[in-house]
Amino acid sequence: MEVVMIIVIGCLFAGATYLMLSKSLLRIIIGTGLLSHGAHLLLLTMGGLKKGAPPLLGVQAEQYVDPVPQALILTAIVISFGVTAFLLVLAYRSYQEIGTDNIEQMRGKEDHD
Amino acid sequence: MTNAVIFPIAIPLTTAVILIFCVKSLKAQKVISLVSAGALIAAGAWLVRLVDHEGVQKLDVGNWPAPFGITLVSDMLSALLVLTTSVIALAGLLYSFYTIDSKQASMYYYVFFQFLIVGVNGAFSTGDIFNLFVFYEVMLMSSYALLVHGGTKIQLQETMKYMIINVFSSALFVIAVGYLYAVTGTLNMAHLAVRISGAENTAVLTVICLLFLIVFGLKGALFPFYVWMPGAYSAPPSAVLALFGGLLTKVGVYSILRTFSLIFRQDIGYTHTILAWLAMATIVLGVIGAVAYRDMRQIAIYNIVAAIGVMAFGISLMTKESLEGTIFYLLQDMVMKTALFFIVGAIAYVAGTNQLGRFSGLLGSYPLLGWAVFLTALALSGIPPFSGFIGKALIIRAAFEKGQLLFALIVLLSSLLVLYSVMKIFIQSCWGEARGYEQKRVAPLYVPIVALLALAVLYGIGAEFVRPYIAQAAATLADPSLYIESVLKE
Amino acid sequence: MNELILRTVTAVVTFIIILFGIQLFFAGHYYPGGGFIAGLVTAGAIILLLLAFDIKTVRSMIPISYRTLIGIGLLFALGTGLGGLVFDVPFLTHAHGHVMLPLLGDVSLHTAVLFDLGVYFVVVGVTMTIIETIGEEE
Repeated sequence: MEVVMIIVIGCLFAGATYLMLSKSLLRIIIGTGLLSHGAHLLLLTMGGLKKGAPPLLGVQAEQYVDPVPQALILTAIVISFGVTAFLLVLAYRSYQEIGTDNIEQMRGKEDHD
Repeated sequence: MTNAVIFPIAIPLTTAVILIFCVKSLKAQKVISLVSAGALIAAGAWLVRLVDHEGVQKLDVGNWPAPFGITLVSDMLSALLVLTTSVIALAGLLYSFYTIDSKQASMYYYVFFQFLIVGVNGAFSTGDIFNLFVFYEVMLMSSYALLVHGGTKIQLQETMKYMIINVFSSALFVIAVGYLYAVTGTLNMAHLAVRISGAENTAVLTVICLLFLIVFGLKGALFPFYVWMPGAYSAPPSAVLALFGGLLTKVGVYSILRTFSLIFRQDIGYTHTILAWLAMATIVLGVIGAVAYRDMRQIAIYNIVAAIGVMAFGISLMTKESLEGTIFYLLQDMVMKTALFFIVGAIAYVAGTNQLGRFSGLLGSYPLLGWAVFLTALALSGIPPFSGFIGKALIIRAAFEKGQLLFALIVLLSSLLVLYSVMKIFIQSCWGEARGYEQKRVAPLYVPIVALLALAVLYGIGAEFVRPYIAQAAATLADPSLYIESVLKE
Repeated sequence: MNELILRTVTAVVTFIIILFGIQLFFAGHYYPGGGFIAGLVTAGAIILLLLAFDIKTVRSMIPISYRTLIGIGLLFALGTGLGGLVFDVPFLTHAHGHVMLPLLGDVSLHTAVLFDLGVYFVVVGVTMTIIETIGEEE
């Protein structure tokens, strides 16, 4: 199971890298989204994919799942949710202000000499 | 007192929440921010005293014992950094009061300001590597908001790039934490140190260590990851820039210092040599940038890069003396870089431009500003009575003792060029005939500048008084068992 | 487009979604659920309203400032954290217990619910602030 997951993660990272290297702002943002998905999946896989009872008080079982990776992922998902939302708003604003979503045209300064 | 460590985080957090409700009234915002900054300094000073008297302070958040829950730990290094952050926060507030107008303030400027302090203080105080990531994100989120605050074209454009870089490095951080958890099965830094010192498979750990170096290098502007900085830092208003210059990159340096001295000690010969080489490249390129630019902001930004290099070099040596020098230098650099950006901001305010050569003769109308630049140049390059000297002297002495003559010489030479680069600002803006600037009221801007400079000078002159604290901080770093015992006891 | 169907359905479905959100919120006590997803679901309901009607109508339906909502949520979360300081236990320590209430019988109470309520408000507030920021201009 872990091996399958690792291949999936690899695909996600490859897709993310491809998208992030493109020029369109929207694609870059989708790329960062894929990248964080890959990272979260990696976190889950790295904790070990086990079958077991939820680690709660009062549950009697032979085997428990490790709650730490799940807690970490929840935190990381919330954070990447916030960051992605902010990134989208920012991209929208800069599209309005600069009039392009091409990252190539978003360079240079106003006063140069 | 169980909760001493939480105050530097809880005070700005509470302030931020209160400020959300009184965003309409500029006066209320200023008063509340000021009171909270005062309280923060008091909390920081109290924490330093507490650590000095009772040893390393720890707090198991939510009463979950370490290493299972999240632990906040304050050793002398953390406490000193928190105190310095508080002082910079107060200075930054005073500067903002005059430079940030009411329209910007009503767009939650002071709220994000407080959240930034939450993130920075949290990153300095946490004893859990995933919690470090969380506080990094708190800090970065506020930094995005502050960077784009005002919403000019150039700000939008630079914030976009800054965000993408940081989202990428955050993903790397999560990945690195995932690997670390897979190998060691713990996230508590003290527990990690115990597990890693007994680990057999150190090759994997070295790879993870380098992954962390990339993450922290990206935040801390180490070569070759500093390329985002000159662009991003050219956009925001001076008050924000000064905070960023004084605090953000230093959090990256602190993280390297903490992880490389506490956790990743398994293969010092390899990892720390890489760090040393990166540090050298950072110094050289930073100094070249500082000398080459004629834009005051860029000069100041490349000065940050060069200073980061010196600190990273100090860390890479890993002797008690070099760590002491690094901490000395880190603390003074936080204060001085903030002051430098304040001064550059004030000059740009009266001259209307950042470009040197378009104006001159400031010394006639603004003598205080001129001499402030002069003092900053001396302090930054480390001329003896000023504060930069002791840190650099300790680092260089440690380098000589380790026989790294070439590296020591580069650090020495870089000081000379740093002096030249800041002197260039002094000579070109302050000497000559008075032209190209206007008469504006800058007296309120002098308050934080003079306060920070006075602090830096006192820090240099009163080094004998400060030294025991710094020696204590370095001792905990050089011998992590002290730290580990106090976190994992009970 | 004829919006009649969408509007009629929305009027019913919104309440179901919000109730589902509340169900998720309380389920989070012992089962999957909690303040974060409950907040997202509730925000989803409000967004559905925004799609069916326009921003002005929805503002008059729900006359609260989402930014203030963020503040209130943070106040809740922070308050539960700082409560620990009053009792001299570590920050964020939670208390829980069982109470016998008339009609409801044995109810287990937990201060973490208050924290979760804060999370709920913050999530609704943040999500709606973002949606409004993008939507306002059009």
